[in-house]
Amino acid sequence: MLSIKNLQASVEGKQILNGLNLEIGQGEVHAIMGPNGSGKSTLASVLAGREDYEVTGGSVTFLGQDLLDASPEDRARAGLFLAFQYPVEIPGVSNANFLKTAVNEVRKSRGQEILDSKDFLKLMNEKMKLVEMDKAMTQRSVNEGFSGGEKKRNEIFQMAMLEPRLAVLDETDSGLDIDALRIVSHGVNALRSKERSFVVITHYQRLLDYIVPDFVHVLYKGRIVKSGTRELALELEAKGYDWIKDETTVNA
Amino acid sequence: MPEAMSKNGQHHPAPRPFLEAAETLVRRDEGSMPRVADIRRKALSQFEQSGIPSTRHEEWKYLDLSPLTTTDFRTATPDDIRKLSKADADALRHDGVDACLLLVENGSLNRDASDLKSVPAGVRIGSLAELGTEPAVIDHLFSLADTHTEALVALNTMLSYDPLIILVEANAQVETVLHVAFAAVPESSPLNVCTRLLVVAATGASCTLIESYHTIGEGASTLTNAVTETVVGSGARVHHIKVQHENSLARNISYHKVHMAGDSYQHLTTLTLGGALVRNTLNLRLDGQQINTYLNGLYVLDGDQVVDNHTLVDHAQPNCYSSELYKGIISGRAQGIFNGKIWVRPDAQKTNAYQSNKNILLSDEASMNTKPQLEIYADDVKCSHGATTGQLDEESLFYLRARGIGEATARALLNQAFAADVIAQVEHPGIREALLQVLDRKLSNLQS
Repeated sequence: MLSIKNLQASVEGKQILNGLNLEIGQGEVHAIMGPNGSGKSTLASVLAGREDYEVTGGSVTFLGQDLLDASPEDRARAGLFLAFQYPVEIPGVSNANFLKTAVNEVRKSRGQEILDSKDFLKLMNEKMKLVEMDKAMTQRSVNEGFSGGEKKRNEIFQMAMLEPRLAVLDETDSGLDIDALRIVSHGVNALRSKERSFVVITHYQRLLDYIVPDFVHVLYKGRIVKSGTRELALELEAKGYDWIKDETTVNA
Repeated sequence: MPEAMSKNGQHHPAPRPFLEAAETLVRRDEGSMPRVADIRRKALSQFEQSGIPSTRHEEWKYLDLSPLTTTDFRTATPDDIRKLSKADADALRHDGVDACLLLVENGSLNRDASDLKSVPAGVRIGSLAELGTEPAVIDHLFSLADTHTEALVALNTMLSYDPLIILVEANAQVETVLHVAFAAVPESSPLNVCTRLLVVAATGASCTLIESYHTIGEGASTLTNAVTETVVGSGARVHHIKVQHENSLARNISYHKVHMAGDSYQHLTTLTLGGALVRNTLNLRLDGQQINTYLNGLYVLDGDQVVDNHTLVDHAQPNCYSSELYKGIISGRAQGIFNGKIWVRPDAQKTNAYQSNKNILLSDEASMNTKPQLEIYADDVKCSHGATTGQLDEESLFYLRARGIGEATARALLNQAFAADVIAQVEHPGIREALLQVLDRKLSNLQS
């Protein structure tokens, strides 16, 4: 589904990703862990098409198409979704209006019929339940005045509405208390399917107790330095990242 | 605090054609309305001395009025009406708004095209000849707006052939919207139109007023010099919405003076979408206690538009509240100007006065000059002001695009969101909806 080959990227002239390789198959959940500054969020931003990140080498194909040439909106329309680490507050744009515009632009690009207000409302009411979202939140401006937990729930709600093929969750667990973490994880698990894949970027193994990954990768200095299964996450939790750093230094 | 006009190169000489037109008008009024003729004569001599302010005049620093002196404008007279029909007037109505429409064509009321047969109860509408002897008219018409400090008001006073007068009786609760549509209809040569409007809402009255400006036909450039005088009596409530739709050959220099009495309420919204050069001077005098006033503005500019909003809120008495929010979206090579004065006079203790001006520049060549000026002479007050000018938020734009929303749609959505809170405060739901529609139309067709 997603194939990343020798990806190199820089931001403000600083090289962050140094030849990253990753293959993600349909229906798989991959966790990417790593110490601060290893390039986790850069990877998420490059995949979503953030403009201030410059790709200096390598390739990314998504569902057989070159991803890096596409605009952020075309990536989203093709089925890529990024759950933001810091969701943006947009005063004056209601959540419902925002999502209706997004859902319909995505549908239009796929040649599907545009949802009228009634059908949209129905879809929204159904998906809101997934993340125990209050109806009032849909009438409020996008993320404005939302608590940290509400913002992350809103990200998962948007994901449910847009039904992507691949979702990248960028530190969705950061700033969440245990209840919010449970709700968010429940939403994500409900959306897991044979067709849909996930990249779960996290600093802590705690999230992986709730969203159990098929594969775990360790990102360090802009490269995947170790891959394994869920046990690798537990090992990292127990031993920290230092042994990885040491190992990498020895190998290098 | 007001300063008299001084010279020292701060003015262009008074154009001869304006003076000649005024002399003709003085002769017309001498027999029938000697009092008015005297007022015009006095304004004429003031204008003759003062001329037109240049950019060296502090209040006109960013707005070049020299085209007024170099263009050969003919001043419209009552002979310049009846080109427009009832159908033209109907085209200026807002869908879903129950309104009594008054079409002022080239400065004079077009009676055939106006709803004079369905004037709501409690409201009188008429000309100087019809209502000129009413005490409220004698007290306020030509006297609220100051010809001494404002050269363009003097010009209007000497040249406004047919002032429109709207009197709302004490305690009348007028539901029907009073919509005054000012249309400039040029033919083949540049046309100067002086419009004058007096609105008096007597004690306890309540009404909603739309003041809209239009150009019909594109034959030549127009100069609309508009003066509006409003009296909001004790306990009266006035909602006043001004919308400027003029074309790219139009200049509109307007002056609006509002006198508010104790316990009154006013909600003013100024929406500027059209016009090549627009100046809105809005002066509010809060002359009583427990007055609440809101003055909001929105300007959405593109191409080479230059739009200048100068506001003054004069807190003369204690225990009043004023809230001002002006926002601008500026594209192309357009220029926005905002100057917001708040005066809190020594007696005006317990004043609450707030002002905010926020702007988004959509292009490198767009510009904004903003200047808040608070002069506070009382010590127990709450006043604040703030001004920001920036670009569209790139993070928000990326967020919307990352959800599949195309860049153009995302930009339009963010511009709408920025502008919408000014319109959202308009209390009349039908007018609010109509304004959102005209705003959307402008935002989705912004010229670079």
